[in-house]
Amino acid sequence: MIGIEHYIVVSSILFVMGVLGIFLNRKNVIIILMAIELILLAVNINLVAFSAFLGDMVGQVFAMFVLTVAAGEAAIGLAILVIYFRGRGTIAVDDINRMKG
Amino acid sequence: MSVGNSLYLVAPEIILSASGLLLLLIGAWGGFKSARLVSILAVTALFASSAVALEFLLNPAFAEGGDAFFGQYRLDKFGSLTKLLIYISAIVSIIIAPRFFDNVAGGRSAVMRPEYPVLIVFAAIGMGMMVSAVDLMTLYIGLELNSLAAYVLASFLRNDERSAEAGLKYFVLGGLASGILLFGMSLLYGFTGTTNFNAINQAFESGLSTGALFGLIFVLAGMAFKISAVPFHMWTPDVYEGAPTPVTTFFATAPKVAALALTMRLAIEAFGSQIAAWQQIIIFIALASIVVGAAGAIGQTNIKRLLAYSSINNVGFILIGLAAANQAGASAMLVYLMIYVAMTLGSFVAVLDLRDADGNQVEEISSLAGLSKSRPGLAAAIAIFMFSLAGIPPLFGFWGKFLVFEAAVQADLILLAALGIAASVIGAFYYLKVIKVMYFDESADVVVKSDSKSHAVIIALCALFVSPLGYLLIPVLGNIADQAAAALFWAL
Repeated sequence: MIGIEHYIVVSSILFVMGVLGIFLNRKNVIIILMAIELILLAVNINLVAFSAFLGDMVGQVFAMFVLTVAAGEAAIGLAILVIYFRGRGTIAVDDINRMKG
Repeated sequence: MSVGNSLYLVAPEIILSASGLLLLLIGAWGGFKSARLVSILAVTALFASSAVALEFLLNPAFAEGGDAFFGQYRLDKFGSLTKLLIYISAIVSIIIAPRFFDNVAGGRSAVMRPEYPVLIVFAAIGMGMMVSAVDLMTLYIGLELNSLAAYVLASFLRNDERSAEAGLKYFVLGGLASGILLFGMSLLYGFTGTTNFNAINQAFESGLSTGALFGLIFVLAGMAFKISAVPFHMWTPDVYEGAPTPVTTFFATAPKVAALALTMRLAIEAFGSQIAAWQQIIIFIALASIVVGAAGAIGQTNIKRLLAYSSINNVGFILIGLAAANQAGASAMLVYLMIYVAMTLGSFVAVLDLRDADGNQVEEISSLAGLSKSRPGLAAAIAIFMFSLAGIPPLFGFWGKFLVFEAAVQADLILLAALGIAASVIGAFYYLKVIKVMYFDESADVVVKSDSKSHAVIIALCALFVSPLGYLLIPVLGNIADQAAAALFWAL
């Protein structure tokens, strides 16, 4: 029987994969965008699983909001990436070093 | 609670939403030519919202405030006061923008765009929602509305590589912060069964499960990102340096106020029954921010980076008030925030006023040499802001620091207060370095005279506020801050 703890384990694994994807990837900014989406998906799995477990609709409403905002965030991220590429001609993570830090 | 009454309580946000959408249409229709009109209308809308917020703050009829939309949103003095600070910062950021964008070197983008005031207005709506949110869902929507507008603002100079890079860095780290915050919120929801702050607080009264503790820590980590507190501060210097200076002015004031106010509300209204669980974390974050902010600023040569570290440092001091976890601490934080906004607005507008003979922005600290001879008034104003940021007594910045330390001592956090005072001495070093360069170094003759009246007025007002004359305002400010802090603690 699949219980609530299984869902939490899956979403935690997805979350950690997303965070590691941001920090370990040195190649491409697009992968970072995918990692951010992965984190938000982990959150949605959590919210929907908890919602079903608690018998409370709030979690599912919250998940809809998260989905909507995630779409807007991805659009803005890609737009910023496009203007960055136009200026520098590269989107490799190691090349984002015009300013120290 | 009828819908009409709810709409009445969110009047400041309604005014801004309606005018934001309208201005977007005007901007799309009129193109670059409409930038001036859109700016004026945006400032008017922000003034109207400030007037409503001021009415909510001062009119005794609204002393109790009230919940709107079935406990999603609360009008109280705390929210109204912080909203007022946010709107003032937004107004200043719009007023100072045209001169900057019209003079930027770099082709087609070197002109004020109507999107800039519109984005500031949208960010202001988001921040207004953040400070009034009493539900995790409202909190998230407000935070994202603010962040999404801020990502675009950071990369506003599209042809400037530094601006695009600042936008990209802000986006990636901001997205990560939102993800961490959301994951924490989903855990809180799962383990308490509710998203309402008061209901979470009630659920916490019977003890803290491991899952809820994880949720609390993730939420605090996400908020630490947004207020750029150590150890989540690494984006701040790069974003502040790369973003256009009016945008940096905005970032250093309004979102800081909103995120700090939100952190206060979360910590006290939602986690207030488990103070022991978050107090240690806040103490660590506060001390680390003070030390890293002070130490990191020492080697900086760019004045915007220096001010970025200065804001990290100041956030540390403000968080000492939260670590005290009492009403005096919350009141001290609010007074400190008011003074901080004045100091930061003043110093960034002063930086904006530094131009060389070709009209380019001057950002290197070494270029400030001899400013006391070429621009004595501006040099004196910068000196006042730097002394005030350092917290040197005759100036008003000292009062904010004094209040937070007093609150910490009252809450028996004497070691924290002592370490904070010791670290503020380190911080004084780099502020004094700027003053030394301006007054005692061989003149570099880089900065030329500026003919901007609006800059001069804003700098003069901010300088007047942080000058010793500001102490005359203490009874007024202290009274308002006490009432706002009391609104935060009513449920406990």
